[in-house]
Amino acid sequence: MVFRHKHILGIEHLSRDDIQTILDTAENFREINSREIKKVPTLRGKTIINLFYEASTRTRTSFEIAGKRLSADTINISASGSSVSKGETLEDTARNLEAMHPDIIVMRHAASGAPHYLAERIGCSVINAGDGAHEHPSQALLDLLTIRQHKKTFEGLTVAIVGDIAHSRVARSNLYALTRMGAKVRLAGPGTMIPPGIERLGAEVYTDIREAIRDADVVMMLRIQLERQGKTLLPTLREYARFYGLNQENLKLAKGDAIVMHPGPMNRGVEISSYVADGNQNVILEQVENGVAVRMALLYLVAGGESKE
Amino acid sequence: MAQSETVILDHLGIKRALTRIAHEILERNKGVKDLALVGIRSGGDHLAAELQRRIAEIEGEDVSLGAVDITLYRDDFSTRGILPVGKTDIPFPIDGRRVVLVDDVLYTGRTIRAAMDALFDIGRPRNIQLAVLIDRGHRELPIRPDYVGRNVPTSRDEKIHVEFDESLQPIEVRILKP
Repeated sequence: MVFRHKHILGIEHLSRDDIQTILDTAENFREINSREIKKVPTLRGKTIINLFYEASTRTRTSFEIAGKRLSADTINISASGSSVSKGETLEDTARNLEAMHPDIIVMRHAASGAPHYLAERIGCSVINAGDGAHEHPSQALLDLLTIRQHKKTFEGLTVAIVGDIAHSRVARSNLYALTRMGAKVRLAGPGTMIPPGIERLGAEVYTDIREAIRDADVVMMLRIQLERQGKTLLPTLREYARFYGLNQENLKLAKGDAIVMHPGPMNRGVEISSYVADGNQNVILEQVENGVAVRMALLYLVAGGESKE
Repeated sequence: MAQSETVILDHLGIKRALTRIAHEILERNKGVKDLALVGIRSGGDHLAAELQRRIAEIEGEDVSLGAVDITLYRDDFSTRGILPVGKTDIPFPIDGRRVVLVDDVLYTGRTIRAAMDALFDIGRPRNIQLAVLIDRGHRELPIRPDYVGRNVPTSRDEKIHVEFDESLQPIEVRILKP
């Protein structure tokens, strides 16, 4: 088996084979999560630090559970209540953490490229858990695992991603991953939320959600970040819901067996109606479940280094 | 480097050995009550399926069949690095069962140690027995098989290869000398 990555900084650097290896490994880790004793001894003695400079419940908990189920010692550091809030630079934090000899640092940061900066300055593995508007590789991989479970293959699939594309690291990572695996990606959102030139990465761009959803196999809704972009890029939330929200009406345009995805946390009634969020086409909680298996796979693959066989 | 290969067990020989082991398992356990076969991936899982077929022919009853992948229980993770993770698939409770672990080649015993650890994470069997097609010696742990297809004295630099065809039937066992 070949997996030559010390760090997981973004999907951009992963090949089709790498993605395949991660998904296959994750698929086999799922069984552990259904056992009564949800633990294997594989990463005993390894130390994983979850370094989160941005608020996160789902991703941090998911990485923490993934590490613990592999018997690693996982430690959480969040920016508030740590030396970061006392003014320490990222470089100093990195040096201090390194002195404690962790094996893997899982990092989330509001600045794009922060995990890359850390990876260049530290001896251990770094996994990007979301950096600014850049990438969120583990989210894209869990999305792919969920899609593969329902659709078996990526070849020939049409995936519509709807929302604030410009500020979404989830959209970017999914775009890289899905196109690499052979799926067709449509991006849709208000003009102010579509980054110029994104077509060059292989996506089709729509400003009408109905056109983007038509005959799609997968509809992925993105969260409107009320706390950030809510005020400047949108006239009103109600208007956004009316033109770009997914509801039972426009979902009918997608294929009959289309699945509905959302990376969470959802704004019910804004980008997704409650009816659809709880409807029988939604796979949102499966995404969360797959998240643990995918993160176990990532930790396993970077912790082991290269196989000598 | 020239290698020499010798077939030490052919298709018929393997069939006879497995049939005998099936009888021995039934004799020792007085039938199929509470019995379960768990093959170790990869190789042992195919042999476990063969044993299940033979036991069904003899007793007219299917015994539970599972497979265990020991990659996550290896003791050489830090030196060997990552290996592909297979799927552990034991679709029945093993609590209170007589579990026969099945492997193709028994060597140091470390694989069996890992497989037993994996079983204990899943449940508490009444007992664990061990069936192997080939025992090549060189044990590094206090482990011995209950059922053996053939004892083959080897040196450490030799390799034993059990060949399966596309339908996962064992064809032959070869010894590779360096």
